[in-house]
Formats: sequence, C-alpha cells, structure tokens
Amino acid sequence: MTKLIVRSCGPATSIQDRGRFLYQRYGVSPAGAMDRLFLAAANLLVGAAPDAAAIELGLGGARFTAEGTLLVALAGPSCSLSVDGQKIAPFTAARAEAGAEIVARIDPGAAYAYLALEGGLATAPDMGSRSMHRRSGIGGAPLAPGTRLPAQGGGPEPLAFVEPPRHETGPIRILPGPQDDFFPPEALATLCGEGYRLSAQADRMGVRLEGPVLAHRDGYNIVSDGIVDGSIQVPGDGQPIVLLRDRQTTGGYPKIATIISADIGRFAQIPPGEPVRFAIVTLDEAIAAAARLDARIEGLVGACQPLAAPLTSERLLALNLIGGVTSAQPAD
Amino acid sequence: MPVAASPRLLRCGDAAISVEFGSTTDPALNAQVLALDAALAAEPVAGVIETVPTYRSLLVQLDPLRTDFAALEAHILSLCARPPAQRPQPRRWLVPVVFGGDFGMDLADLAVRHAMSVEALVARFCEATYHVAMIGFMPGFAYLGGLDPQLATPRRLQPRMRVPAQSISIGGAQAAIMTVEGPSGWHMMGRTPMRAFLPGLDPVFLYEPGDEIRFEPIAEEAWNGLDARAAAGEPVARLERL
Repeated sequence: MTKLIVRSCGPATSIQDRGRFLYQRYGVSPAGAMDRLFLAAANLLVGAAPDAAAIELGLGGARFTAEGTLLVALAGPSCSLSVDGQKIAPFTAARAEAGAEIVARIDPGAAYAYLALEGGLATAPDMGSRSMHRRSGIGGAPLAPGTRLPAQGGGPEPLAFVEPPRHETGPIRILPGPQDDFFPPEALATLCGEGYRLSAQADRMGVRLEGPVLAHRDGYNIVSDGIVDGSIQVPGDGQPIVLLRDRQTTGGYPKIATIISADIGRFAQIPPGEPVRFAIVTLDEAIAAAARLDARIEGLVGACQPLAAPLTSERLLALNLIGGVTSAQPAD
Repeated sequence: MPVAASPRLLRCGDAAISVEFGSTTDPALNAQVLALDAALAAEPVAGVIETVPTYRSLLVQLDPLRTDFAALEAHILSLCARPPAQRPQPRRWLVPVVFGGDFGMDLADLAVRHAMSVEALVARFCEATYHVAMIGFMPGFAYLGGLDPQLATPRRLQPRMRVPAQSISIGGAQAAIMTVEGPSGWHMMGRTPMRAFLPGLDPVFLYEPGDEIRFEPIAEEAWNGLDARAAAGEPVARLERL
C-alpha cells in the first residue's frame, strides 16, 4: 500500500472518520470528524466513501512526503494545498509523485480541513472506527514526524468539484434543554444575544465561550447524566462550554441547550476569538436541517468531475464563467 | 417494587433523548434506568443508535432522520409503565485488590478519619456487594453503588492530576474502579491487577452496567504474578456463579 509520511504536524492533527459508535455506555467518546461535510468532500475527490477516514487538520496545518505515487485532496471552508511547491486549486485532487512534499494549511476564517488519501486511509480500525481519541489513546497514538499512513489506493483519475461545497449560513441553531429549567427564563435569550465569542480554549473536546454570565437558578451541580455532541454546559462561572466530538460521555454540569446535529460541523469551523450567534429552532426545523445536510453530502457524489473532462457548455455554465464574457469574438 | 412515576423525557438536541427517572443517586432509580436499557436492547427500535445508562437517566442516542420522535417517546413510556421484567441474575465479579501502602495511598488517612483500624476499614469495604451503576468519565471507569454509608467520604479539596490505572477509590457515597491513568479527587484505597479495559480483545470491556462487584484483599506479594498475568490478557477477576 502506498504511504504518506508525516513530516510535521500540530497537536490538532488526527485521523478521523464518521466516529466510533456503541461504546459510549463504556465511557468511550465517539470522536469522529468535526465537520462531516468537508470530510465527505475530501474523500469523494480521491474515490473514497464519504465517511472514510482522512487526516483532520487543525490550526497550523501539516507537512507530509509521499512514499509512492498517490492521489491526495484537501477540503475545508478555508485551506490551501501545495504539492512539491505547486499550488493546487481548491477542491481539486492532485497526484503526488514518490518523494513529493505535500503542505496542507488552514487559512484564516476556518478551523478544520481534511486531507484524504487515494481510496481512503487504511490505518487499523480500533473498536469499529479509525477515529483517534487523544485523551484515551483509542484509535492509535497521535501523529508525529515519521508516522506512515497507508492509503487504500485504487482511486480514480483526479477529480474536482464543479462548485465547492458550502455550509448553510446564519446563526448556529439550538434546541433548549435538557436542563434549561436550571436557569432563569431570560438565560436562553442571553445565550442567543450578541455577546459571545469563542475563547482560545478550543479543541476537539469542547470550546469555552466568553460573554455574559449565565447565572444558575439554584446550584450548578447535577448528578452526572449523558452528554451529546453540541451539549452547551454551564459550569459554576456561568461561561458556557460547547462539547464536541472528543467529549466525555457523561458529566455533572447543567446543559442549557444543545446545538442541532446539522450545525455541529458549522460551529466547529468558527475560529477561536470569533463571535458566535445562536438561535432557537423547533425540533421539526432541526430535523429538516439534518435532512438538508444529508442531501448536501449525497449531492457531492454527483458534483465532482474528472479534471481532464472537456469543458462542455453545461460545465462552463455550472462553473459560472459565462457572466464575465460579453463576446466570443476577438476584439478588433 | 413501587410503581415508578413516569420518567421525564428531555430532548438533547435532535439526536438524543434523556429519559430521566430522578435527580439523585438512589439505587431504585438506577434499577429503573438499567431495566429500560435492557428492554430497549431486547426489542431494538428503528433509529436508535445506542444507549448510555447513568445513575438516574438513560440517554437514548438516535438518528433524527430514521426516528419517529412521537412514536419513540410513546414506546419508551410504555416500556417504563410495564411491570419490570424478571431481570436476569447479574454477573458478579470477584476483584482482587492490594490495599494500602503505595497501592492505596489514602487508606491510612481514611482509617483515621473514620476512627477505625486499617484492617477494619478494609474488611468493611470488602463486605459490601457493589453494582456497576454506570460507566463514564473515562473508558471503563465504573461508578459503583453499594458503598457502606458509614464509609462515605467527601472528595479531596485538591484533586490529584495523575492517579494510576486500576485504582480502587471512594468519592462521596460512591466507590469506583479506574481503568486508565487520569486525574481524580477521590480517595485511593488500593489497586487491582485486573484490566477491565482490554484494547484489542473481544469483549473490550470486562463488565457491563448492572454487573455486581465484590473486592477480595490480596497480599502485596501476590501483585507481581497477578499483574503479569493480567497484562498478558488473563481476566484475573473471577466470575462468581450465583
């Protein structure tokens, strides 16, 4: 199997797929890609299943060397890839020759991106998933210089997206509860106000927010109960913490609200220091948003085309190049 | 067993429901949690991915696109209203422990605190039959119900940053088995050579929520041999036939 060798990477770099299921009852965090949409986008460009494992890059990025000829693709809301010093167009797979240096970077405006390898990453699964969970070591030791990452191989000719995938926009949508009754009624309105930004304390486990204090009605200790991705817990200091994929399975602080499943990836992409707005939606709206995210991911399958494909008029239209052209005739 | 009041169904976003039986560590609540967990496992429901039992609630995680929320909630309430099924006899594990010394650095202080000899404290601790009320915090970390109330001890003011794996401890009215090294504000009684978290083996975890635990004191001299056997994959805890 062709391998990619890690040359340098920040601590936020890990291998992630859809996540690890059925072990939360034993205290095992589900882990999994922070942003499913861009994991799927990167994988599809190299002929892998949308939920296959890829390298998740956090702030700082990473450098690699290809051990043999290998198709790679990077996808994220704001990131850049170069192969042997040559800049690769966004959302485009690139063939790296043996020995080529691959540099992947997160650019300002986002927090995560996915580097997919030809056919998908082929590291050994651990309890049904290749996702790494740093705190427990499940899924393997953290990536370090010299780590060799095998690719399944057998990918297609390089592909590119006709139109880059995008998240929905607008406030991050939440559903109140499960412990909103631990707070005075105005607390949810405060949470949905303008005052919050992400602190620098942000990782795959959770993100601490900075802003108005959310006072508890009476006490902030509860007997531990289950936590989900997107739980917004409020410890004694009143500063909310959003729990994400590497969270613990149970916890003892009241959770005022929960980010809807469709918006976890979108929230995770907000860089530290940036403001965040929340808005309350209904369960039906949350389910509709989950269906749209699923459709968006399924739609990606048909949205990538071979790089070498001839530029048909339909493709030109799709690329939206026509708008700038007034005449096909050369000017006199 | 008294008939339970209906649990509260609390939505945790669009991908989970917390079925809350109460707000305390009352063992009767935990029994209801484990009974519902077993009932949902016996008759799988479309859309349910996995369940997480805790002391007093069952978290039901689901796929929002494959779940009829109203039907699932009605189904959960009907399962809770059923007379409790004859629960299968729980498995009971006999867990060897070296108490005190470097293995349980708080044992001597706890004995002073509870005004009894170290031997009496260990005997008291080992008299009880514990049950795994929930597993959480870290992989395989078992919260045990059944501690003699007289041994209840508030947590340390200063948590320790690193406590060794396989520590057996007391925190508040609970006891615990730690499976991996980590921080803890609990009082360390001893250590077991048993590995309850067995990466790479099947099953990965030795015990389940609902299993029973009894502790057996062993001599410090027995540690090296048992620890080596446990490290090689042998379950040095014995399953007691009831």
